Amino acid sequence: MASFETVPILAGAPATHHRQADEPTSPVARFDADRPLALDAGVMLAPWQIAYQTYGTLNAAKSNAVLVCHALTGDQHVANEHPVTGKPGWWELVVGPGKAIDTDRFFVICANVLGGCMGTTGPASLNPATGRAWGLDLPVITVADMVRSQVALIDHLGIPDLFLVAGGSMGGMQVLQWASAHPDRVFAAVPIATSACHSAQNIAFYEVGRQAVMADPDWREGRYLDFGTAPKKGLAVARMAAHITYMSEVSLHQKFGRKLQNRETLGFGFDGDFQIESYLRHQGASFVDRFDANSYLYVSRAMDYFDLASDHDGVLANAFKGTKTRFCVMSFTTDWAFPTRDSRAIVHALAAAGAPVSFAEIVTDRGHDAFLLDEPEMHAILTGFIDSAARARGI
Amino acid sequence: MSDGHGSMRIPTVPEARVDFAVIADLVPAGVKLLDVGCGDGALLEYLAASKGVDGRGVELSQKGVNDAVARGLPVIQGDADTDLVTYPDGAFDYVVLSQTLQATNHPRKVLEQMLRIGRRAVVSIPNFGHWRIRWQFFVWGRMPVTEDLPYSWYDTPNIHFCTLRDFVELTREIDVEIEKAVALDAAGRKLSFNAPWWIWNLFGEQAVFVLKRRG
Repeated sequence: MASFETVPILAGAPATHHRQADEPTSPVARFDADRPLALDAGVMLAPWQIAYQTYGTLNAAKSNAVLVCHALTGDQHVANEHPVTGKPGWWELVVGPGKAIDTDRFFVICANVLGGCMGTTGPASLNPATGRAWGLDLPVITVADMVRSQVALIDHLGIPDLFLVAGGSMGGMQVLQWASAHPDRVFAAVPIATSACHSAQNIAFYEVGRQAVMADPDWREGRYLDFGTAPKKGLAVARMAAHITYMSEVSLHQKFGRKLQNRETLGFGFDGDFQIESYLRHQGASFVDRFDANSYLYVSRAMDYFDLASDHDGVLANAFKGTKTRFCVMSFTTDWAFPTRDSRAIVHALAAAGAPVSFAEIVTDRGHDAFLLDEPEMHAILTGFIDSAARARGI
Repeated sequence: MSDGHGSMRIPTVPEARVDFAVIADLVPAGVKLLDVGCGDGALLEYLAASKGVDGRGVELSQKGVNDAVARGLPVIQGDADTDLVTYPDGAFDYVVLSQTLQATNHPRKVLEQMLRIGRRAVVSIPNFGHWRIRWQFFVWGRMPVTEDLPYSWYDTPNIHFCTLRDFVELTREIDVEIEKAVALDAAGRKLSFNAPWWIWNLFGEQAVFVLKRRG
């Protein structure tokens, strides 16, 4: 870790992406040509690698392993200082000593998703066949592929099954995929603020983002790393558009309203008079320093392609037939990106499949991002669910 | 569920909920059961511990859901009036509605849904025909307020009170069979099974019915 402490100063240089993509500040499990990853795109990916963080200790019975799945722009640094930004882990409110996912009791694993840019094979990783970054030569990745890579990691770590798989947004999609594809390896599942299929509205917003990336001349048909450039403006716009969908109208109004940024009167120009403009620009600018633009294309595409019911004759309940996994599903009242009705569809399917499922709709004005924030009701129900599941598992 | 419930001590019943033990008597061991309006899950926990039922709950309040989930119970935040339609036919052996029917918007529809998704429905209701309530209404001419029904008319969640006779009439209308019925007096004692309906309707403070679809 020490050797990376200067990274924030360098942040933004394409070399940083290369470094984290191939030699991340995390343990890495490498799989060579004899252990390829079978992708939904019909390609055997090899060699490939997966970067991960762990917290806590695996018990002798190997019964206390927890997998946390990250969202579109997250990574494996769930409960430690981020090596590029220096910021706290993205879910330190939930994962840590004495927290709902208690690292004093559980062995917590969080891996960078396939297609990501923090050490798991993605478009910014070196393609050994060409000696250059994969770029768009990487096959399109799906959420099921991400889970396949995590299964390989869990096997590599010698863990027979997971006590808990938890995550929000795209992390929740992975939770659902895990529970559906590997019911015998998931004791408890917590999908938060997610959906069993990406909505037309979400596909639309992500398409705007992808078009913004690809319209940036520095994108160079996806080969920008070869040229030492990066489509930072396009990626920042993509982040700005998506970020709006993660907040609620009421929280934007309360936080920013029509307040002006560092000025008393309107500037009669396009300099970003309003605080909301300044905020979004900051969100966009800080994002491009830590995220690879092609990764954004791949990972957002994986979300678009996610449709669990379509893999089961169009009947979502069939995805969970006979499951013994216990579920705790949560949504937020003001989340319009992944509204409560999406969570209810999951809950109804689980109930129809006879699964033990709990569901709570948390009242909040903070929209989709609420799952990352200090939401006492969410933390209370998480703690109650996880503690009772641990009792049932004898941990 | 094959979790720790089997080894648990049977939780003590809150004093105010004498209907718990009555319901436990009416429910066979090991059935799959849905408790609609399960509150903090006390009844579900009691039934899991005393009868080994595989219990699920539906509850409207955040607090109730949190408490029930912390007990290790699968509970869905939702509404009896709108959410029962989402369950498949015959999903449960028993569907329980404990002291909640009077708080639903559409008691008849709720009852019909319960008997669609469950082979049997267990319904416990407070009896608005109890003599104390009749007395208050008769003497004072005001909406009754009792220890068990402590709300004023303007803030009560209980929008559809009925008497035991009214309820029996409803079961006839929707053509369901009353398989068993137990009425309890104010002290929580069971009234004689052989007592005529008018006695039950006058002295039963609450009653528990086991209903079954005909045919």
